[in-house]
Amino acid sequence: MHDARGQIRRLPGLRLWLSGGWLLLLVLAAVFAPMISPHDPLEQDLFAARLPPFWQQGADPAYLLGTDSLGRDLLSRMLYGARLALTVALVAGTLTCLVGATLGLIAGYFRGWADLVISRLVDIWMAFPPVLFAILLIAVLGTGLTSIIVAIVVIDWTRFSRVVRAEAMSQGAMDYVASAQVAGRSRLGIALAEILPNVLPTIVALLTLEMGIAVIVEAILSFVNLSISTDQPTWGGMIAEGRTSIYQAWWVLVFPLVALFLTVLSFSQLGEGLKDYFDPVLR
Amino acid sequence: MSDLIYRVKDLKVSFPDLAHKPLFGAAPRTSVLKGLTFDVARGDVLGIVGGSGSGKSTLGRAMIRLLRPDSGSILFEGTEIAQLGEDDLRPLRKRFQMIFQDPMSSLNPRRRVGGIIAGPLRLQGFDDIPRRVDDALEMVGLPKSFSERYPHELSGGQRQRVGIARAIALKPDFILADEIVSGLDVSSQAQVLNLLEQLVRDLGLTLAFVSHDLSVIRRLCSRILVMHHGEIVENAATADLFANPQAEYTRTLLDAIPLPDPDQVWA
Ligand SMILES: Nc1ncnc2c1ncn2[C@@H]1O[C@H](COP(=O)(O)OP(=O)(O)OP(=O)(O)O)[C@@H](O)[C@H]1O
Ligand SMILES: [Mg+2]
Repeated sequence: MHDARGQIRRLPGLRLWLSGGWLLLLVLAAVFAPMISPHDPLEQDLFAARLPPFWQQGADPAYLLGTDSLGRDLLSRMLYGARLALTVALVAGTLTCLVGATLGLIAGYFRGWADLVISRLVDIWMAFPPVLFAILLIAVLGTGLTSIIVAIVVIDWTRFSRVVRAEAMSQGAMDYVASAQVAGRSRLGIALAEILPNVLPTIVALLTLEMGIAVIVEAILSFVNLSISTDQPTWGGMIAEGRTSIYQAWWVLVFPLVALFLTVLSFSQLGEGLKDYFDPVLR
Repeated sequence: MSDLIYRVKDLKVSFPDLAHKPLFGAAPRTSVLKGLTFDVARGDVLGIVGGSGSGKSTLGRAMIRLLRPDSGSILFEGTEIAQLGEDDLRPLRKRFQMIFQDPMSSLNPRRRVGGIIAGPLRLQGFDDIPRRVDDALEMVGLPKSFSERYPHELSGGQRQRVGIARAIALKPDFILADEIVSGLDVSSQAQVLNLLEQLVRDLGLTLAFVSHDLSVIRRLCSRILVMHHGEIVENAATADLFANPQAEYTRTLLDAIPLPDPDQVWA
């Protein structure tokens, strides 16, 4: 009995620490990239092309994770790539969350014609295949950081609004909402002070998930060469380049792929952990 | 000023009947309250009884304006409130309060007990809030330290006490209690009823007590409204109603309910 309880309590903590740890590492890498990068991420050195990572035969200790086919230092490119990945994750994730959650809260709590309009919009949005939608949008907006962020917000706000709407609706039917009305709280006051705090754990979990998705979307767009200008290192771009030389230099593909995987996983795990942490019943 | 808290006249409420909504166009409306007329005097403890779906909760919710009636008049201490908008109701709201059936759902799970009781006080512009919160907790027999707890850390009976404390902290003139003990086990039921009796006595509360348990109503209430299919079939003082029920429906209700007095059972 006692042991089982202990395990249940410890697991979310561990999850939070591991995912938080990786993301913290990433933030440090992103912030201090110019200081800690051993090389200029764009500097080519054709004599040092396709050097393997440090533990393999023929490695050069100056290039810890090896080099790509143009002789650029992988570690440095990964560090700079983290900058872009995190910027997209934080900015696009937060904006998507703000837009989607606000619309979801309005639709779910205020109902009426607002709900009608928002729900129809969501239905229409869901009919578009997201990746195609993204590529189309970038084609219209042009490449660049801002376009990527705009594309992610425009495509993914429905993820928040659908969930938040349903949650706000079920919370709105609870008696504590009626009780706030009896106490004289305004509709807006109820939405912000009563409903929102109860929907917040869900929003936080979705937000971190969305940050992971934003990283993936950015990688996909870089992969199809629709992201940032080609001379800025991105994980997706690195994966695209690595794909062409997978048999000669697997590390060019694998390192950014692992970083991408860990980052997306960490974001979603962080969300789950935070959700538990935010819940006074589970805490 | 009159000693009537409520004068309700020809109160009608209907809901859209979604089960019979045609594919296009508005749903037909089913009439739930079919023109109710009654008064509530200051100091009354009004029992509202009736079968499930007879409109008891709807009546209560209309009286404290959780819903807007279709037509009819609700005079609350001389003010017509039947069709008032939310903004005009706000200053009146501290004068009529409600205790809810399910204390788990009626207490915001993210607030501590202290915050739950303080919320309405703050909204209604009371001063000296911490003292009022402590007083309210004391009146319902909970220790002050409970204000730091979350609702899920309380027992069912304690939660219902918090619901009561929240309502009485505002010192309202009228409280609606809708089935407030039906979710509790027998011993917490008795405790909450005792508490309610004591508060009615000490604070001179005017109370509307919705229940389908006639034995509870008999113990607590001074007057009884019997509802059936959205109409008031009988409105009488408790003693009169039990001694001499007028309506056919009241008699069937009384027959169906086991009386708490053992002498009568064996008589
Ligand atoms: N929001 C609503 N929309 C549609 N119909 C409703 C709504 N609320 C109540 N009703 C209907 O109105 C009628 C009266 O409901 P009400 O809740 O007032 O009954 P009640 O007497 O409180 O019953 P109970 O003893 O089961 O609580 C019921 O037939 C119910 O189905
Ligand atoms: Mg009811």
